[in-house]
Amino acid sequence: MRPFLHGAVTRLSATLSAPLSALALPVAAVAVSLALFGAFVALVGVDPVEMYQLMYRGAFGTWFSWQNTLTRAAPLILTALCTALPAQLGLVIIGGEGALVLGALAAAAAGMALNGAPAALVLPAMALAGMAGGALLIGGAGALRQWRGVNETISSLLLTYIAIAVLNHMVEGPLKDPSSLNKPSTPPLADAYMIGTLPGSSVHWGLVAGIVCAVAAWVLMRRTTFGFAARMVGGNPRAARMAGLPVGRLLVVTTALAGAAAGLAGMVEVAAVHGRASASLVAGYGSTGILVAFLARQNPLAVIPVAVLFGGIGASGGLLQRRLDLPDASVLVLQGIIFVVLLASEAMRGRLHLFTFARPTATPATKEA
Amino acid sequence: MGNALRFSRRSVLKTMTAAGGLGALGAGLPWTPAMAKTLVIGFLYVGPRDDYGYNQAHAEGAAAVKAMPGVKVLEEEKVPETIDVENSMESMINLDGASLLFPTSFGYFDPYVLKEAKKHPDLTFLHCGGLWTPGKHPANVGSYFGYIDEAEYLSGIVAAYASKSKKLGFVAAKPIPQVLRNINSFTLGARSVDPAITTAVVFTGDWSMPVKEAEAANSLIDQGADVLTCHVDSPKVIVETAEKRGVFCTGYHASQATLAPKGYLTGAEWNWAKVYTDFVKMVQGGIKPPNLVRGGLKEGIIKTSPYGAAVSDAARKHADDVKAKFMDGSFVIYKGPIKDNKGNSVIAEGKSHGQTDIALESMNWLVEGVTGSIS
Amino acid sequence: MDHASLGWWGVPLAVLAGAIRVSTPFLFVSLGECLTEKSGRINLGLEGTLVMGAMSGYATAYLTGNPWAGVLVAGLAGSLLGTLHAMICALERVNDIAVGIALMLLGTGLAFFLGKPFIQPQAPQLPAIPFGWWSSSAQVRSALDINPLFLVGLALAPLLLWGLRTTRWGMVLRIVGESAEAARAMGYQINRVRLLATAAGGFFAGVGGSFLSLSYPGSWNERLSSGQGITAVALVIFARWDPVLCVWASLLFGGAGALGPALQSVGVTQGYHLFNAAPYVLTLAIMIATSSSRHRLAGAPAELSVTR
Repeated sequence: MRPFLHGAVTRLSATLSAPLSALALPVAAVAVSLALFGAFVALVGVDPVEMYQLMYRGAFGTWFSWQNTLTRAAPLILTALCTALPAQLGLVIIGGEGALVLGALAAAAAGMALNGAPAALVLPAMALAGMAGGALLIGGAGALRQWRGVNETISSLLLTYIAIAVLNHMVEGPLKDPSSLNKPSTPPLADAYMIGTLPGSSVHWGLVAGIVCAVAAWVLMRRTTFGFAARMVGGNPRAARMAGLPVGRLLVVTTALAGAAAGLAGMVEVAAVHGRASASLVAGYGSTGILVAFLARQNPLAVIPVAVLFGGIGASGGLLQRRLDLPDASVLVLQGIIFVVLLASEAMRGRLHLFTFARPTATPATKEA
Repeated sequence: MGNALRFSRRSVLKTMTAAGGLGALGAGLPWTPAMAKTLVIGFLYVGPRDDYGYNQAHAEGAAAVKAMPGVKVLEEEKVPETIDVENSMESMINLDGASLLFPTSFGYFDPYVLKEAKKHPDLTFLHCGGLWTPGKHPANVGSYFGYIDEAEYLSGIVAAYASKSKKLGFVAAKPIPQVLRNINSFTLGARSVDPAITTAVVFTGDWSMPVKEAEAANSLIDQGADVLTCHVDSPKVIVETAEKRGVFCTGYHASQATLAPKGYLTGAEWNWAKVYTDFVKMVQGGIKPPNLVRGGLKEGIIKTSPYGAAVSDAARKHADDVKAKFMDGSFVIYKGPIKDNKGNSVIAEGKSHGQTDIALESMNWLVEGVTGSIS
Repeated sequence: MDHASLGWWGVPLAVLAGAIRVSTPFLFVSLGECLTEKSGRINLGLEGTLVMGAMSGYATAYLTGNPWAGVLVAGLAGSLLGTLHAMICALERVNDIAVGIALMLLGTGLAFFLGKPFIQPQAPQLPAIPFGWWSSSAQVRSALDINPLFLVGLALAPLLLWGLRTTRWGMVLRIVGESAEAARAMGYQINRVRLLATAAGGFFAGVGGSFLSLSYPGSWNERLSSGQGITAVALVIFARWDPVLCVWASLLFGGAGALGPALQSVGVTQGYHLFNAAPYVLTLAIMIATSSSRHRLAGAPAELSVTR
């Protein structure tokens, strides 16, 4: 028994140490960022300890705070995937906002077109339309990259501005509900088509959709040949091409999937929150999603807890305004600091041995009780 | 440095509080210490509360409430019209014990305010927008709005006297009924003085776009407009551009007189301090506030900015006469015959629509004399 | 002729005047970015730098009463952010595009946070030079009231081109941008060169921001930039890393932005949202037309990640 157990412990510590040390760095980076932000607010005369207590209370301190945090996290998971998936191929996509907006518009249009049909038909159709809208935008950026060599970072951003203009044009023009007088929007969705909340909470099903998509994205990228090929392209495009991998197809499919994720976020916003498409859909979930993806080191699974963390920061923002008279931009500053410190921390990767367990040659630490 | 900055911001708010406080005392009901339980009131703004415009007008109202005894005021700015509205209100209710909420943006109402009101039937939600419909919306929701186009009509009269080119310019955010009504009232006011006057309109597409607004103001001035006005969230850039280019302007939402000491003629302002202090007094006194509150100059919900130095005596007299008629309720802006700018008759001879007429709320035309169309 | 109407003639005039008024921030950001990219690094954070420059410039002008001090401080704030970018990028395994996005967020956040007390006050503005004194038309006079910063930008472009082509500094910068290996072999300190190039680029972008708050539209608020900083970065790519072409590209952009309001003021109000998107559509179209998947863009520094 003993040698077997020994082996198991060693294997266990080996499988644990990789993710743990991968975790150590972002955790340390967040800690450093919190210290820096604390110093920053101290400069403007706010007690950092009091501030962090308040932030904790506003984000995770009560059941209500948790619901607030999780509702905010839901769209962030999906928009983060919009950046994290193409990152596997080495692309930097920052068009999640545009994909969300276009997806929302497409979903609302589908809902309008199918009004009267059973919800079991309308909701999947809206979801498909939303995903198609997002896929079109980000897949377009991927295709431009592949076939015209257009930089995908800049094109995805420009496409976002264009998508927002299209949204505004459509909700004030062709798709406008004549009775939406002072707030131009598409006709409201019937109650039957609205996605409800998780039982016993105010958190809508978008959270579940996000988690499912994140897990699916992780499985796709880590457990399938497609994902393996995609990551190979990300590691070394030339070698991938020489190995006969269909680089172009991988690139376009991955960017389209990424866009579909953000498009689904748009559909959820329409069907679970707004009940219609209007200019209010442009709420910055796309840009925060970029941040979430980077903080999660582009790992689709890690996106989930990071989105919750950022949902929490957002949820606590109001309390900072009300209790401490801090400006709303405090949240932006904190996010910016976290992002900068995290990127700088990349340089420390591989040098940090804080969480590495005892080597197999050393005496096993565990003994049978 | 940081402390100095904070101080200057606070001092601005303090001045506002003091100004509002005086107003509240003037209209004051006696407050008895018997109801000494502190009433926690939450205000939500869609933009920055010092924007010289829409949000500042509400923040000035909140500042007046702050000066009242027995209240605690919570404020959150830049709350987008998303589920954040629900979250922020929930947070104010759950963590700070707010029982009276003022969600001040039009777009907050459906679905966010409605949802929260259903969830908390014992709390009061008073929304700015005038959207409440009996039977359809919860009883603990109120909605209020003002007929600010009365003040726009007066601005139009004053603008007409000031204009030499007979061309006025209007920078607007979106072609929605509220905005169109202001454009039309402004133009009707001006044309009541001189029927040769025209108003050119530029829509910027959104509520706050400083560069577009400046560009629009410049284009209008280039086209010969010598009095500008606007309906955007923050008129600051437009008023400053007009002053720089040496043309006149009339303000909107709040007073921008200090931004254009030479060219500021008058302006259409909200008087939320009165509305909010009235509401709070009702709630403190155990009276349920009415679900729908609307009014104009007569009801004190709207006010005009004091006339600037450039306003002639004739203009003052004309505008003051009409204002007196608004105050006694005898003046109707939308009285037939009125044609739209495509030549169609929109209000027939002998027909008139008073301020409260619901027909005016779905206005989708521009009156004769306005150049531009609604796409 | 005062206050006379120009009718349809007003449209080209407004586009021209708009080109001059609106293009200056584009010009400064793109010149700065051009310099940075020539050293082989891209700084997407210039959007944040622009906003920070606008805020710090306005605040300084208000506090000191001197708008030129504002311009200087805006530039310094910009080079500070540029230095931060360069220092982080100099670390191993750090992606310059990601750092840019991070600084975009941080710059904007800091500017909003620190800028709250300056939304209300009015700061003194940069004086304009009246080049239209000869005209009797108020519109022409106003269109030719040109801000000195625009002229500085115009002069800077050929100067930069000359500097990059003929001076020793320019040579070193280009070698670093073309081949880090070669530069290292020749004994140049790559990171130091890039740091200087990014800090200088940040300075320009900061100055561009101060133009927004101190000249046109000449006010500080949180919606001041509608993506001018990031658009200018795209602009450099289709200006082919040529400072003089940056001038033309910026003017094109300013003009495209002025077209919508100008058309509306003569009565064309249909589809204004789409007109307003014109600059973005234009950039994208030009990028599609001029890029190629087969060969690198002419003029592109070989070390630059965006074109690799």
